[in-house]
Amino acid sequence: MNWKLNTYLTKTTSAAPLAVFRIGFGLMMCYGMVRYWLKGWIETVYITPKYHFKYYGFEWVKTLGDYTYILFFICGIAALLVAIGYKYKYAIIAFFLSFTYIELMEKATYLNHYYFISILSFLMIFLPAERYFSVDAYQQKKQYAIVPNWAIDSIKLLLGIVYVYAGLAKLNSDWLFKAMPLKIWLPSKYDLPLIGETLMQQNWFHYAMSWSGMFYDLLIPFFLLYRKTRAVAFFFVVFFHVFTRVLFPIGMFPFVMIVSALIFFDSGFHHKIIEYIKKGVSKISELKPIETIPFYTTKHKSIILPMLGLFFVLQLTIPFRYLVYPNELFWTEEGFRFSWRVMLMEKMGYANFKIVDSKTGTFFYVDNTDFLTPLQEKQMSFQPDFILEYAHYLGDHFTSQGHENVEVYVKSFVALNGRLSQPFVNEDVNLYAEKESFKPKHWILPFNDEIKGL
Amino acid sequence: MKNRVIGIVLVALVVLACSKSDDSNSGNGGGTNDTFNRAAMLTNIADNIIIPAYEDFSTDLNGLVTAKDNFVATPNQSNLDALRSSWYNAYKTWQYLEMFNIGKAEEIQYSFKMNVYPTNTSDIESNIASGTYDLLNVNNNDAVGFPAVDYMLYGVASDDAAILTTYASANYKNYLSDVVDQMQSLTNTVYTDWTSSYRNTFVASTQNTATSAVNKLVNDFIFYYEKGLRANKIGIPAGVFSSTALPSKVEALYREDISKTLALEALQAVQDVFNGVAYNGSASGESYKTYLETLNKSELANLINSRFNTAKQKLQGLNANLKTQVTTDNTKMTEAYDALQLAVVSLKVDMLQAFNVSVDYVDADGD
Repeated sequence: MNWKLNTYLTKTTSAAPLAVFRIGFGLMMCYGMVRYWLKGWIETVYITPKYHFKYYGFEWVKTLGDYTYILFFICGIAALLVAIGYKYKYAIIAFFLSFTYIELMEKATYLNHYYFISILSFLMIFLPAERYFSVDAYQQKKQYAIVPNWAIDSIKLLLGIVYVYAGLAKLNSDWLFKAMPLKIWLPSKYDLPLIGETLMQQNWFHYAMSWSGMFYDLLIPFFLLYRKTRAVAFFFVVFFHVFTRVLFPIGMFPFVMIVSALIFFDSGFHHKIIEYIKKGVSKISELKPIETIPFYTTKHKSIILPMLGLFFVLQLTIPFRYLVYPNELFWTEEGFRFSWRVMLMEKMGYANFKIVDSKTGTFFYVDNTDFLTPLQEKQMSFQPDFILEYAHYLGDHFTSQGHENVEVYVKSFVALNGRLSQPFVNEDVNLYAEKESFKPKHWILPFNDEIKGL
Repeated sequence: MKNRVIGIVLVALVVLACSKSDDSNSGNGGGTNDTFNRAAMLTNIADNIIIPAYEDFSTDLNGLVTAKDNFVATPNQSNLDALRSSWYNAYKTWQYLEMFNIGKAEEIQYSFKMNVYPTNTSDIESNIASGTYDLLNVNNNDAVGFPAVDYMLYGVASDDAAILTTYASANYKNYLSDVVDQMQSLTNTVYTDWTSSYRNTFVASTQNTATSAVNKLVNDFIFYYEKGLRANKIGIPAGVFSSTALPSKVEALYREDISKTLALEALQAVQDVFNGVAYNGSASGESYKTYLETLNKSELANLINSRFNTAKQKLQGLNANLKTQVTTDNTKMTEAYDALQLAVVSLKVDMLQAFNVSVDYVDADGD
């Protein structure tokens, strides 16, 4: 076994796919930053709100006010440097840190694909992605045509985990046997040309989409790995992601996945891309021929490899952490995030907070719009960790305003996948006295139904 | 070969999916085909609710202007009584229109110039004293409209005799006149827009986008119910958002005995829109209710109506003057609030989820 692993780790492959991946990733991330800026979201998400939701353990992360623009600027420039491969190690570290910091500033914007970008850029810190066809290589006047196999396989593995885990998450009774939430989402696309009033309204189509979505996620990495099915599989990747892009407001994620999936193609394909880019570049400045060294040996191999091993063990186990929580995952969302549970449920809530003076019994309700943006209120209203965090914020706020003996209660209702809304949080529990932890939250009321499956 | 394999997999998928679909119609929340005709719903709401209500309101305001003209010409008790009665009629009709903050009404901030309360009496008095003012200015939103007239007709002096004496002053006459005239001209602007061009734009705007009429209407409807009705009329005076009750924040503070009636009218208006009931009469057409029924959500539609009915009963049990209710027995007031609140949950969580409308206030990528 150990011998097999060692043999595997000495295998090598062309560096071209990794170089193309680096370029594609960097350019898309740079565009992503520009897009976010132009949409005005830096302002509305990071600067306007009076209060920001923070991840448990990352409460120390500060928002930067107007300096947030500088952070986005740094992040965009770093992405561009990654693309051209200039000072790659510093650039990718700067990108990972700035992007992750941006995400940590506001929990309400959590998206699986932002998390994907964060961990992918972390992984790329350890990959020799700048050894071939990069500014770094041209400056050092040498490049490496061959890199270790594991460098490219680790990206494939991460993509495979994302797809397969997203597929596993769909193995539940709501998704497969009720076609939920697609049965809610698809009919509302009635204004799409041609298919809006026809396909989108068909019951069988909702089931077909649910089932084929599940099979797609579970199987696509394997069809991409296998040379004979690769081209057709890639066609499905493009079709699937473009189709979801038409249906749902999912921004750049589909394109990130499409470009990423190119890494499954063999080196000949990537060499063609590189030749194509070279032609474009040589119009601007002549590329001087540099020395190409066949084989790149990894420095700090004894650190990097165990590190990547640990990284993947964590990636494989973290999505299953929900198993240690007793209640329905979709209801409590304990262990829901960071698990590739993508577009998996339709959940809406309403949370009405009550500030009570425990001595006198007098109380009043909070108007959430006084403190939260619509996006924050929407996210807060059905996620218990948000509700608790906000209850503490309200408690602190009203205490500092001179209110005494403050207790915070919430009347809340949540509707999940088309079920009628049910009371969500025990309204007799003073949330201001409850602490956030990884333990199950006893104040979440039971879910009066059952969702079977993984 | 590979094409054949994939072909087989695809066929298998479709067969599997189709075979699954047969036994699913009875499933939980199993809406089948969303063949609901949204254009028919918008047409019903425009032709049988909004436009007739505007027509009626416009007539009311013509009456109000005439009564005001008579009063300003001859400020005596009988003209005052006639003016008050026109004002009350128009105020009741207004409750059927405030929720339609769409089209021209939204563009000119109509409802903010018609019914912002509590009115700002010191702004009114300083406007009157100076004799120069721009009533369309945002800063005067709380010095115009029904609440301002409420003050001018009931609160400007201690009793009727004193009020009549006040209107010896040309400045008072002018201000009353200008406020009422502005209400009429704003209303004509909106009403004319509906009858000339906006009606057709409105009924054709059925897409599921943030700015389409069908989505804005439902968002405005829920927003009005939550803010204009539940919070403004009941919640805020009852003190549910403050440490103490705020009885002087009731609607029609100076007239005193109509705040309950206005709240009941508003609730009736909301329920009629929900059920698609015509403004003139009891015929009903396509509405949120029938939309929910098309989605196999009759249970939810019935729940919403029963929650409206409970809230109505709670409101009916209150004192005609909600200010008195708050100061004598605020518990009943908060109970009415709680009853109204339950319907907010049904509308905002369950109904919005069923329609899956693109909300106009959240702009960000999804997952």
